[in-house]
Amino acid sequence: MSRASNLPACTGVGFKPAHFRDILAAAQPIGFFEVHAENYMGAGGPPHAQLGALRERYALSVHGVGLSIGSMRPLNRDHLVRLKMLCDRYAPESFSEHLAWSSHDDVYLNDLLPLPYTQQTLRRVAEHIDEVQTALGRQMLLENPSTYIRFDDSTIPEVDFLTEVSKRTGCGLLLDVNNVFVSAKNHGTQPLSYLDSFPLDRVKEVHLGGHDEETDDIGAPLLIDTHGSPIAEAVWTLYAHVIARTGPIPTLIEWDNNVPDWHTLRAEAVAAQDILSGASRASAA
Amino acid sequence: MRETMLAPFETSFADALLNADQPIPSGITAHNAAVPTQRFAVYRNNVVMGLGKALKSRFPVVEKIVGEEFFAAMARVFVLKQPPRSPLLAIYGDEFAAFIATFEPARELPYLADVARLEAARTHSYHAADAAPIDACQLATLDTCDVGSIRIDMHPSVGIVRSPYPIVAIWAMNSGEQELATIQNWRGEDALVARPYLEVEVRALPPGGAAFLLALAGGRILSDAAEAALADDSNFDLTGNIAGLIGSGLVRDIVLPEPKSCQKP
Repeated sequence: MSRASNLPACTGVGFKPAHFRDILAAAQPIGFFEVHAENYMGAGGPPHAQLGALRERYALSVHGVGLSIGSMRPLNRDHLVRLKMLCDRYAPESFSEHLAWSSHDDVYLNDLLPLPYTQQTLRRVAEHIDEVQTALGRQMLLENPSTYIRFDDSTIPEVDFLTEVSKRTGCGLLLDVNNVFVSAKNHGTQPLSYLDSFPLDRVKEVHLGGHDEETDDIGAPLLIDTHGSPIAEAVWTLYAHVIARTGPIPTLIEWDNNVPDWHTLRAEAVAAQDILSGASRASAA
Repeated sequence: MRETMLAPFETSFADALLNADQPIPSGITAHNAAVPTQRFAVYRNNVVMGLGKALKSRFPVVEKIVGEEFFAAMARVFVLKQPPRSPLLAIYGDEFAAFIATFEPARELPYLADVARLEAARTHSYHAADAAPIDACQLATLDTCDVGSIRIDMHPSVGIVRSPYPIVAIWAMNSGEQELATIQNWRGEDALVARPYLEVEVRALPPGGAAFLLALAGGRILSDAAEAALADDSNFDLTGNIAGLIGSGLVRDIVLPEPKSCQKP
């Protein structure tokens, strides 16, 4: 593993092609852009033309959604080769994926599905991450999931699972604060205690996004990780709590559904930047 | 045999995702008294709606023709029957047109499957490799005793969709390229889909044009391709078709015949 993840410690935005013109029309107060790897695996055309132009101007994070690292079956080698081609072509500052599975046998299910946390699954996930980092010749970041159910078989708390995977493989962690909040509400636990036990020294990037709020059949909150709305107040508060402890960390605003205009999205990024800048002033003082 | 012990949680989970009448996998719980079925349904919904959304963004004209509700129902049946085999969702739905052709509720719209084939071709064209077109002057200076033996290497984005229905007019009117109107001349159209630069273009090919391009794309020499085109339609115009190809930036290279074919007495 040669290259460590090294995004700038400021705010980034998930790139949407609809914003391309606005983004290029002026210098943006944005430290980096993040793209979903699978959207740039075609041979050519507008996706690569746009990504090339962005890459010339900004730091880049490639975020995979289709590698199925949490699967107990072998990784899809063809997909790993495509990822390597993409990373070789654009030399992103960071590559990240999820603690989840999304393929089974040869069917791609297109969702980040949960896994039980056991010694067996831990070993398997660590093997997969070793394989990815060896193939790409770089450190990867692993993201904590948002979940709706739990497995009776789980024997390891999620934070311990992530910590141990990171220790065994040297991968960094991507802390999605919205996922922490969504999962905690869905499982009746405390997001703050999750964050306070999280190995923050291993966190190389933070994600912030919006969620929807529903209720389950007995009237308890059921939050859905939709990335389709502004970041919730409670998530901002948790984020500030994290940044106060860590100092500035690269922070991404994710907005994948009901995508707003560029200025609305940029305003979310600026709000996060204010928190980051406050933290760097505090640490300088 | 660690893996055989581990596989079941995924297998039963995946099966239950794609079969709503299956019970949810055992060993799944909610923290409270809520029934875990509802929580599992979030995953079911994510899978089916997410894949439906991928089809919706790839086949917007099919959706415009049948309406949102019909499309969503049709997409749902397809998703559960033929889920993707690859994480590259941009090209999910290559078999959607064939499915539509056999989808009973869409029987009243016999052209719908061909419109879906056209939209599928547009995506492939959009993502195809980039290539610089040949300079038209290069053809003028072509020094060969046998022009009929050249091969034309076409732009990688070129796709051809033949149909007994006016699919280009139907597509144009439902994609906003043309105003909706009654199609006066209801006849078959062959569509050329290509992206010489950054925009995908769709247009109707002239008589014999599709047979000509398909022969060239299959590696046939120019005279053979022209013959195939004339057999397909006696109104085929060779010069017009070649000029159209070059003028649209769709010729990547001209491959000259082997030197020996020029050594005729």
